[in-house]
Amino acid sequence: METATTFGARDHARAQEGAQAEAMPVVPATAWPDPPREAGPLVWAETVAGGNYTHRALARGTELRLTDLRGDACAHLLLFVADRPWERLNVADTVKVQWNAYLGEGKLLLSDQGRVLASVVADSSGRHDALCGTSTLVRNTARYGDGTPQSASPAGRELFKLAALKNGLEPRDLPPSLSFFQGVRVGEDGALEFTGSAGAGASLTLRAEQDLTVLIANVPHPADPRPEYTSTPLEVLAWKGRATAPGDPLWEASPEGRRAFLNTADFHTARGLA
Amino acid sequence: MTVPTETTSTVPARAAWSAIVPAGNLLTITDLHGNQAVDFLVYDARDTTVRYSAPDTIHGQGGIFLTTGSVLLSNEHTPLMTVVADTCGRHDTVGGACSKESNTLRYGHHTWSQHACVDNFLAEGAKYGLGKRDLVSNINWYMNVPVEADGTLGIVDGISSPGLQVVLRAETDVLVLVSNCPQINNPCNGFDPTPVEMTITDGATA
Repeated sequence: METATTFGARDHARAQEGAQAEAMPVVPATAWPDPPREAGPLVWAETVAGGNYTHRALARGTELRLTDLRGDACAHLLLFVADRPWERLNVADTVKVQWNAYLGEGKLLLSDQGRVLASVVADSSGRHDALCGTSTLVRNTARYGDGTPQSASPAGRELFKLAALKNGLEPRDLPPSLSFFQGVRVGEDGALEFTGSAGAGASLTLRAEQDLTVLIANVPHPADPRPEYTSTPLEVLAWKGRATAPGDPLWEASPEGRRAFLNTADFHTARGLA
Repeated sequence: MTVPTETTSTVPARAAWSAIVPAGNLLTITDLHGNQAVDFLVYDARDTTVRYSAPDTIHGQGGIFLTTGSVLLSNEHTPLMTVVADTCGRHDTVGGACSKESNTLRYGHHTWSQHACVDNFLAEGAKYGLGKRDLVSNINWYMNVPVEADGTLGIVDGISSPGLQVVLRAETDVLVLVSNCPQINNPCNGFDPTPVEMTITDGATA
């Protein structure tokens, strides 16, 4: 196609509409071809390439399903309260308050303000990690030869920085993150064992308990021992739902969790949102 | 032989402390009465966006407990300090700091008026222009947090005793923030906060 003129260049660019890539957002999300049976109308539908990132603001109550399509995705996740990012994921409180180092169905992702950011409502993987965080430029350069965002082996922290900056945040706003679909276990002596993936098709569903800014980097787990940078696509689907309320089994699942939900409801009540 | 240049501060029970420790200098943390948790954050003094990273430190050394030889890595995976001596044996990287907010979850809302580490970190960090966004998962020297096979994790009785010490060498100029934990609801300090001692020794003469 002739692109030497503005008219030709415009035609060339416009002719790309409708092209499909393996990793891309589907807009509107309701055009996603095979929505989950349990889902209402989709509000976010995307496939995130290995070594890439995404970000979105989600309304309270939204359910967010992450799926490891081919078995080598690793969803590194950070959560901030939308428009009030000084309330954010606190990994230490998440494991300490719930008396458990491992993530899975029924676990709550807690903020630094004694409130719930999101709850894990379904999990078919069981291979997750709250201890090792994500990868860095220094480490990826040592392991894979490069870690910059445009390289073949981007580091998770570099991608988080870009996602943060696009949401008005800065690198200093990035606390330790969680990772899903690549597991780690702790031995009696404190040593880590990398358990890897549960395989293709595992999924995890989070429910937003406040309005959230979600940052996701899909990069290899930092403890992945394989010499090659191995990262495969991550599917992200979200649909409208309802935040956890009294009567939900999760509300009463533990005394600490009940108080976290009470604090969250109290916060929304005071703001006139409940 | 020259006498090492030393600066010693006693940090009272429940109090905060901070200092710049120049590269090569040693920081000794002495648990004066035993079983006191010392909540600890460290930043690159010249660029505080580079700060202690529990996850980088954990995956960098392949385990969650700190002891002699452990390198405290930053969020950019660069060394901030190294544990060069430790007479206690192991220290916590996972539990983070107590806060008024998390205390309401862990014990109940009656704890709201009690002292907590995050308040110490905020007040001390503000002296250097740091704010809430600069607080991340911290080290708890002398705190004992085992993890069971099923992931059950908790702060249990300490393994420290009076006079035990951790010695850290600064690998670059660092800013150290300490909250001498005021917690009275868990065994991190035997339910009884006590003073600790911080000593900075000039590495060139040590």
